[in-house]
This record gives sequence, structure tokens and C-alpha cells, in this order.
Amino acid sequence: MTDATHLRLAAEGAGPQFYMTEEHHPENGTLLGFWIYLMSDCLIFAVLFATYGVLGRNYAGGPTGAQIFALPTVAVNTTLLLLSSITYGMAMVACQEGRAKATLGCLAITGLFGCGFLGLELSEFRHLIADGAGPQRSAFLSSFFTLVGTHGLHVTFGVVWLVTLMVQVSQRGLTETNRRRLMCLSLFWHFLDVIWIGVFSFVYLLGVM
Amino acid sequence: MQPMQTQPFDFWTFVFGRLTWDAIPLHVPILVGTFAGVAVVGLAVIALITRYGLWGYLWRDWFTSVDHKKVGIMYVVLGVVMLLRGFADALMMRAQQVMSFGPAHGYLPPEHYDQIFTAHGVIMIFFVAMPLVIGLMNFVVPMQIGARDVAFPFLNNFSFWMTAAGAALVMASLFIGDFARTGWLAYPPLSGIAYSPDVGVDYWIWSLQISGVGTLLSGVNLVATIVKMRAPGMSLMKMPVFSWTALCTNVLIVASFPILTAVLALLALDRYVGTHFFTNDLGGNPMMYVNLIWMWGHPEVYILILPCFGIFSEIVPTFSRKRLFGYTSMVYATVVITVLSYLVWLHHFFTMGAGASVNSFFGVTTMVISIPTGAKVFNWLFTMYRGRVRFETPMLWTVGFMVTFVIGGMTGVMLAVPGVDFVFHNSLFLVAHFHNVIIGGVVFGAFAGINYWFPKAFGFRLDPTWGKASFWLWLVGFWVAFTPLYVLGLMGVTRRLSHFEDSSLRIWFVIAALGAVMILGGIGCFLVQLAVSIRNRDQLRDLTGDPWDARTLEWSTASPPPDYNFAFTPVAHAPDAWWDMKARGYRRPVDGFRPIHMPKNTAAGVILAGLSAAAGFGLIWHMWWLAGLGIVAVIAVAIGHSFNRSRDHHIPVEAVVRTEAARTEHLRIVA
Repeated sequence: MTDATHLRLAAEGAGPQFYMTEEHHPENGTLLGFWIYLMSDCLIFAVLFATYGVLGRNYAGGPTGAQIFALPTVAVNTTLLLLSSITYGMAMVACQEGRAKATLGCLAITGLFGCGFLGLELSEFRHLIADGAGPQRSAFLSSFFTLVGTHGLHVTFGVVWLVTLMVQVSQRGLTETNRRRLMCLSLFWHFLDVIWIGVFSFVYLLGVM
Repeated sequence: MQPMQTQPFDFWTFVFGRLTWDAIPLHVPILVGTFAGVAVVGLAVIALITRYGLWGYLWRDWFTSVDHKKVGIMYVVLGVVMLLRGFADALMMRAQQVMSFGPAHGYLPPEHYDQIFTAHGVIMIFFVAMPLVIGLMNFVVPMQIGARDVAFPFLNNFSFWMTAAGAALVMASLFIGDFARTGWLAYPPLSGIAYSPDVGVDYWIWSLQISGVGTLLSGVNLVATIVKMRAPGMSLMKMPVFSWTALCTNVLIVASFPILTAVLALLALDRYVGTHFFTNDLGGNPMMYVNLIWMWGHPEVYILILPCFGIFSEIVPTFSRKRLFGYTSMVYATVVITVLSYLVWLHHFFTMGAGASVNSFFGVTTMVISIPTGAKVFNWLFTMYRGRVRFETPMLWTVGFMVTFVIGGMTGVMLAVPGVDFVFHNSLFLVAHFHNVIIGGVVFGAFAGINYWFPKAFGFRLDPTWGKASFWLWLVGFWVAFTPLYVLGLMGVTRRLSHFEDSSLRIWFVIAALGAVMILGGIGCFLVQLAVSIRNRDQLRDLTGDPWDARTLEWSTASPPPDYNFAFTPVAHAPDAWWDMKARGYRRPVDGFRPIHMPKNTAAGVILAGLSAAAGFGLIWHMWWLAGLGIVAVIAVAIGHSFNRSRDHHIPVEAVVRTEAARTEHLRIVA
């Protein structure tokens, strides 16, 4: 406590204040907590990127990235995911304006983009495995499948979560709780986009060089 | 990949996976005896609980509780129970090494001995040390920062049950199948499917994975709590040192446990899917695993020791009746240790052959980290200097820590010299060193903390006589048990051996075993201390809530504290906020109470953790239906819980008035 406050309190004859007489409301920690969780998730990806960095050229006589990556498909995939981030952004704008229907519509489009992304990724995986380039073939492919697959698993969870929130928004409207949850999912969804940018440049673009 | 798929469909294989009657160790008398013992004790406990009709009470007031104090106490109880298991392993190892010389091979076959040293390490670190420090942080930190609960009360309960689920899986491995034979960090390629095809490593993976989720979430929780929920006036530099160390510890948790999660997942993929991360063939690299696991593992040892530094920083000023010397330097030392703990991991394997430059870098950072630690020791000493030191039980543990830990730190600096480490690597010198710092630091810290905060938790002190007996047996027992290991290590004896040819070494193992028996006495005295204290609770009762004349906010409320901790949120003006309040004539408010908004208990944490354990068991035994069902159920329950809107309630003002009136009455009796 500063001297000035001391003097003021002394002048008021109040002595130092040792407790709050009114109700104390600490700040809600959900967004901070979720942000911290995202950073820890980011570390999981950091480990997977590092593993890919170390093992990514260990082809063990198997195919290389240049031989198996189909950049056009990946470009479409990247576009889908980036578009989904834009539509999620639009959902948040609608949410802030209190338009529940528009929010739900944007969320639905986001979910569809997400599903499209997952569908393309799964078909890519299926082709690779059918061509004998599965995760068991080499350390390169192990680390490739794990990095990309972990991202895909996150997108899957994101879609499940998105559907859950759509149900909750349609049940209860844009309540404070639902807005907070939409905000958390928004952080999560954009975070996955950022990770994907890393995957796209580091794995696919550098891989075909 | 699974040969199962090529075979004709077999119903029992589908249901039980690779679990058969052979997995039940009926042919191992030691395990049958242990099982009988555990079963008898377990049934006795269950019978007593049923006899006194306590199931409802336990379920409503403890298992489903989201109260940080109760969650904290449950963590500590888990830690103490698992200590008994982990220490039984230690005694078995000491006995085997005494018996197994020359023609005699002791009573444990190597494959059993290897499981015991693995389980000992895993249990002591993950299910003893971690629950003890997390429990103490959980119990103390919210009160110390003047909060009514943590930021995410439900997650707190869930975290505890995930840790308990991991512990349950480790315990299950004792009687159903085997545990890993790989050492506590399960280095590949030994832990790969080629060399460890049975369930041992899978038990290890899934118990750590499940409890790791709990630890990570509890880290997120406490960071958010400390950042967001401090009492008004408590700026970061007015926060008690224990809360500071808790903040740094939990930052370390959220920034290191994901690495463990990822590396365990990669090892699991190698074992289950047939990938090649850590195999010797097809481009895998086992040293990648060793690097990654220690990038988690080194911060982990600071996760264990930093809260204990915090505990000592609370105890020393209280029992010296002086302000902590060098508060600011204590905070900075904690932060510097936090950062440096990420820059030393390679000292665990200087022998990898990374070359002189890399080894020098990590050798130097390792030595540098001893500087802030040394600063802390001097701060405690200067706090005691010219203080009126009272040698109560918590203070004894603290002084014992200072002596023991400094010596352990010095042998650590010896190991930090890469050239020296090439000689000491994997020797008993190393084993003696890390027991020196973990027992001397973490175990002594936990006992100091338990003795210090027990009266806060239960309203009566722990018996000092048995407490002091426990301390002296632990302290002397520790030195008798581990000095011989230093000597043997200097002679070049390596760790993890179940048999020795050279009988001239035997005397040292005999001395070490004597030390272990003394420590057993220390643990026994601790249990007796608990029993005696509960019996004599009326003589040991503390009605003031502040039995030690302490300095921080948790001592300003009743013991045991009410559910809401503080009827009115305190306002802090100094790091020793309670001391400051006492010094400046604080008067406890006796009217003007309001209803208090609190979170509601929930069973979701118990259910989710139970389902996770079932999924883990399914994965371990290749019961794919159980694994799949468990995982789907976890997701479904989590989603269902998000629809639960009845999460909080108000403690009515009448209840608050009643509770506070009782405290007024207690304080009147004392005065």
C-alpha cells in the first residue's frame, strides 16, 4: 500500500482495509486457461514437428515426399481449411451482433468445410497406404502420418465440439456461457489453421523440393 | 498388422484380447502372498466403511467434491498410500542385493527384479512425489492467495481421479500380467515391441498417459488460479513464496507434460501400429526418444523440487519469527531455475556422444542452475540467523533438508562435469545422487509440509514426539542407506543389477539394507503419528486457526477452513499478509455476511476417470471393444457434462452466519 493511501485512510480514521466488504468477483479464467491449454497442445505439435525434422529424410529405401505428395489435393485441402477459418470468423461476428441463426449457419458451413478437409485427408491416406507407403514403411512415413494425422484428429474433435455447441446454441441461444464456449472453439479452430500452415509449408512444400 | 486378424474369429480372444489365466501370477508365491495381503487389508477397509455407513459420506463429501481443500487432501492420501507400495519395492530390492552374491541368486528371478526397480521408480515419481506436491499446492495455494476456490473446480476433481486411475492401472499390473522391465523411463529399443512384446510396457504407457492428462489439467488450473484469482492488493511481488513456486511449477507442468504425452504416444504407435520412430531399423532413432523424454524429465525434477523450496520458504520464517530474508531474490531464483530447467536435459546422457561442444554447453548450464539454488539456501540460513528458531517438527524436516540437499547438490555438480560423468554414468553413484536430492528435497519437503499444514486441514496438530522419531529415522536411515551406494558407485558398480559375483562388495549392500530398514521405521512412525494424533485430537486441538503464529493468509481463517475459505475476501498489503494484519490490529468481521456463490459437486470426474482406466485396460490387453467403448464413452460423458447447467449454488447467508459464529465462539474460548 502506498503512503498516499495510508494517509488517506488515516485521515478518514478508517485504518487499513484488510478485507472486502462488498462481493469480490475474480475475473473469469476460462479464456486464459484455454489459451494455456492451447499452448501446451502446441508443444505436442512442436514435438511432432521436431520428430519429423529429425526423421523426415529417413526414407529407408522407401518413397520420398517428392514421389508421394500430390500438391494439388493438398492445395484444395488447405483452401478448405482456410475458408473454414473465415466462416468461423463470420460466425463470431454474428455472435457478437447477437444473431443466433446467422451464427448457427456460419458454424454449419465451417463444419462442412472441416468435414471436406477430413474427407480429402483420409482419401490421401488411403491412397498412400494402398500404394505401400503406409506409416510402417519408413521413419519418414511414420512421422508424416503421425504429424498430419494428429492434426486431422484435432480437426475431428473440433467438428464434434462444433456440433455440440450448435446444439447448445440452438437450445439456449447466445447465452454468456455459449459465447464463451464459442470463443474457446474459435481459438482452437484458428490454432489448427496455424498448425496446418506449418504442416503445409514444412512438410508438403519443402517435401516436394 | 495383428496376427489375430488373419486367424479365424475366436470369441474369447475377442472378449479378453491377450488376457488369459496365465496372466494371473498364481505360480509366483511372493505375488500370491502380496495379493492375499492387499485383499485382506482392502476387504477390511471396505468392511469398516460399510460397517460405519460411510460410503454416502465419502461419495458426497470427498469423491465428488470440487473443493480444492478436499481434492488436495485426497492427492496427499494417494501419495502416502502409494509410498507404501513404492517403499515395499525398495525393501525387496535391498533384500535381493544383500542375498544375491556368488553362488546364491537371492529370492527374485531377474525378470521379477527388473519389474520391481521399474515400478519403484515409476510409482515414487508419478504416484508419490507428484500427488504429494500437487496435493499440497492444491490445498494451500488458493487460501494463500485469498481465493475461495481454483479457477476450474470440476477439472481439479477430474485431474485427481485421472491420477488415481493411472495409479490403479500400475497396481493392477501387480496381479494381472506384468509391469515393464525397462527402467522407469522405458528407453527403446528395449521398450519396443521387438524386445518387450508383453503387456508390461503397455501398462507403463497407459498409466502414465492417463495420469499425465490429470497432471496437465491441474497445471492449467493452478496457473489460471494464481494469475486471475489473487486477493485485491496482492500484486505478484506481494505473493507468498510458496505460491510463487507453485506458479513456476505449474508453468513447468503445462510446458513439459505435453512432451511426455507426445513421446508416449509415439512409443505407443511403434508398439501398436508398427511405426518406426524409435526402432533400430527402417530409419528409426532411439536417441530421439531419449532426448525427448528428458526434455520432459528434467523440468519434471524441478516440478517436484520447486514446491518444496516454497514449503521451506514458508516454514523457515514462521519458525524463526522473522520475515523471509531476500524475498525478491527468492522469487528471481525460482524464475531462473524455471527457465534453466529446460536447458540441461542432455546431462542425463552425456555418453550419447554428442561431442565436446554440446556436452560442454549442457555441463555449464547444469552447473549454472546450482547458483540460484545456492542463493535460496543462503536466504533460508540468513532468515534463521538471529531468529528465534523453534525446532518444531516442520522445522526439523527443513533443517534436515538443508544439510542433506546441499550435499546432494554437490554430488550433482560432480555429475555435471561431462568427463566425470562418463565414469559415473549409470552407476550407483548416480542412484545415490538422485535419491539424495529427491528424498532430501521432495520427501523431506512433503513431510515438512504435511506436518506444517495438517492442523490447518483438520484442526489439530500432529503428535510431535512421533513426528520427531519419524524425522530422525528418515534422516539417519537415508544416510545409512545411500552413503554405501556413493561408495559402490565410486568403485564402478552399475545400477539395476540383481546379482553380483564379487562378494567383497556385499558389506556395503548390507549397510544400505540397514538404512532402508531405518527408513521403514520412519514411515512406520509417521503412520503411528497419524493414528496417535487422531486419538489425541482433543489435546492437540487448535481453535485459533493459527497454531504456529504464522505469516500468510491461509492461517487467517478457521481450521479446518469453511467451504468458502473466507467469508470476506481478504485484502493484502504485504507478502506476509496475515502477519501484517496481526501486526496492525486487524479485527475479524463478525457481521454483514452475505450468501456465497460456490461450485457444486459432481460425479463426472470419477466417471470419466473410471472410463479412461477401462479404456486403458482394454488397450493394454488388446480388448479392442473395451478400448473403443471406453474412449467413445469418455467423449460422450464429457459432452453430456457440458449440458449440465446446474454447476453452482449459493451458500445461504444463515449458514455463513452459523459457521462464523462458531469461529467467534472458538476464538473467545481461546482468548
